[in-house]
Amino acid sequence: MTRYIIRRILQAIPLLFIISVLLFVLMINTGDPLSTMGGRRVTRPEDRERLSRQLGLDQPIYKQYLFWLIGNDWTKVDLDGDGTAETQGTRKGILRGDFGTSMVQRGKEVTDIILDRLPNTLLLMIPTEIIVIALSLAVGVYSALRQYSATDHIITGLSFIGYSMPIFFIALVSMYIFGVNFKAWGLPYLPTVGMFDPKVGKTTGQVIQHMILPIFSLTVITAAGYSRFVRSQMLEVISEDYIRTARAKGLPNRMVITGHALKNAALPLVTIVGLDVPLLLGGAVVTESIFAWPGMGRLFIDHLSRSDTPVVMGILMMISVAVILSQLITDIIYAWLDPRIRYS
Amino acid sequence: MMGTAESDVIKIQEEFKTEALTPGQLMRMRFVRHKMAVFGLIMLVILILYSFGGAFIFTEAEANFTNTKLRLNPPSAENPFGTDTVGRDILIRTIYGGQISLLIGLAAVVVEVVLGVLIGAIAGYYGGWIDGLLMRFTEAMFNIPQLFLLLVMAKFFGGSVPDINLFGRQFSGSVVVIIVIIGLTSWMYLARIVRANFLSLKEREFVLAAHTTGTSNFSIIFQHILPNSIAPIIVSGTLSVANAILSEAYISFLGLGVKPPTATWGNMLEGAYNYVETAPWLWIFPGLLIVLTVLSINFVGDGLRDAVDPHALVDAG
Repeated sequence: MTRYIIRRILQAIPLLFIISVLLFVLMINTGDPLSTMGGRRVTRPEDRERLSRQLGLDQPIYKQYLFWLIGNDWTKVDLDGDGTAETQGTRKGILRGDFGTSMVQRGKEVTDIILDRLPNTLLLMIPTEIIVIALSLAVGVYSALRQYSATDHIITGLSFIGYSMPIFFIALVSMYIFGVNFKAWGLPYLPTVGMFDPKVGKTTGQVIQHMILPIFSLTVITAAGYSRFVRSQMLEVISEDYIRTARAKGLPNRMVITGHALKNAALPLVTIVGLDVPLLLGGAVVTESIFAWPGMGRLFIDHLSRSDTPVVMGILMMISVAVILSQLITDIIYAWLDPRIRYS
Repeated sequence: MMGTAESDVIKIQEEFKTEALTPGQLMRMRFVRHKMAVFGLIMLVILILYSFGGAFIFTEAEANFTNTKLRLNPPSAENPFGTDTVGRDILIRTIYGGQISLLIGLAAVVVEVVLGVLIGAIAGYYGGWIDGLLMRFTEAMFNIPQLFLLLVMAKFFGGSVPDINLFGRQFSGSVVVIIVIIGLTSWMYLARIVRANFLSLKEREFVLAAHTTGTSNFSIIFQHILPNSIAPIIVSGTLSVANAILSEAYISFLGLGVKPPTATWGNMLEGAYNYVETAPWLWIFPGLLIVLTVLSINFVGDGLRDAVDPHALVDAG
């Protein structure tokens, strides 16, 4: 097992290298970060030149990548533009944990910017994931045990619709119903945008109220796919011999379902959840945009639109590492839960 | 006595004898039994008629005609779906937007299938270091969440393609950009399916036979092996159309997609969340059309999956 884990981690290195080169080349060419830097003022050509020298944007791409990857404190850089490199570089590079500084928010560490937003995203995503798993297990099992009944047809139909629905549509509809119409009808209504009402301040009650609609939208979409999956797994499991054996020896139905069938039916869900977790980390970009939730997804969009390479690369690399790690953890958990699986 | 009884039996047997069904007929029967798939197919035809037939009633100039006096008018007899922020008629825009959205869905899948089949086929057929290299690349692409990659690419290619004139109509160059980037970010799954298929098929006798008769690698890949793995490609391609339409909607919704005045269902929704309260007709109609289209395609794809699976038996009684 240890050897398997070590091998997987070693395999991840070239993978991350390819990903980083690919994304870096794309990002560097997405636009000019200097264009929005001066705010409303038009940047003068000599300022522009000086700025691009300071930020290292005048360097060829491979050098920019190298500096981003391993830093430039081992070499000298030319800051005054006289052709001779005399200033000692200060960047440490992403391999030594230095993600660089943002170009848009001058001088602010990328790590700080990301860590500022990460808790907000987790605040939305962790409850969502818990509700989704519980809900889809319940709905999927219920629907499988009553296959072809009216309830099963309704659940299957609804989950198909949820599965085909773009998240912004369910978000807009739920905002319209619970935010706008409830207000119009004089019912208690839910806030639609932001994390808290600035007039009230960031209190726990406020944040919870603002969490309801985004979590609701995310849950509807994700649970639809999951419950379809649980249902088909459950249908497969309950037709197996060992379930018949359990029934034949007279176990009560409830025990057969929860003790025998559910355990094996829920197992593959681990894989699905493991694949989804890193996506949640990135925050549902669209959901956060609609609900104006100050999380990672919106951070990504805001800084991508201004071509802020260090921040965008920081977020993307963090997600890529999370994807690879969660795949590995999923495989390990799976082997631990299912003794039939052996890795060598 | 026995003889007549036996001949009767034979006669009766012959009366009931039926022609063997071809695989195509079996497939059609399995598909038609899938009620939701048939419903999806009918819905799709209606949606296609809506967006392409509607073009005979309204011109594109009407779809892009702005009238600032009619800003954000609610649905009325004149504008059944209301008007948008610059006074364009939403009904006509959903018609022309539908054309572009459906076109993007189909064209992006063509790009995806070409890439996926090529990479999967080459990796599976040649194996060795070619396979290793291509699969590492596929895995790397797989590890970047699609929406993030799409957004970065949309920004990267944005504005690099000039507007195109086709059939006397002007299309925003961003349509091409969106088609290409959706194709570029979605081929990985298909490549894996095709590779797995090729890995098992290339060991079969008919491939060996083709080799011994001196058939070229090119023709073994495309004429001998590929036709045998067409079923999973069709199923996955169909479901991909739905995903491509959704992807277009997501990037356009976030403002990095198709540029106005060219309408798509996705970019009609851009900024709509500012009007949740004041102008719900802005997002309800294009949103519903997207949901209907994606739902129908998913139903059809689901039906196709069952139909092409030879293990799913049909009791043709």
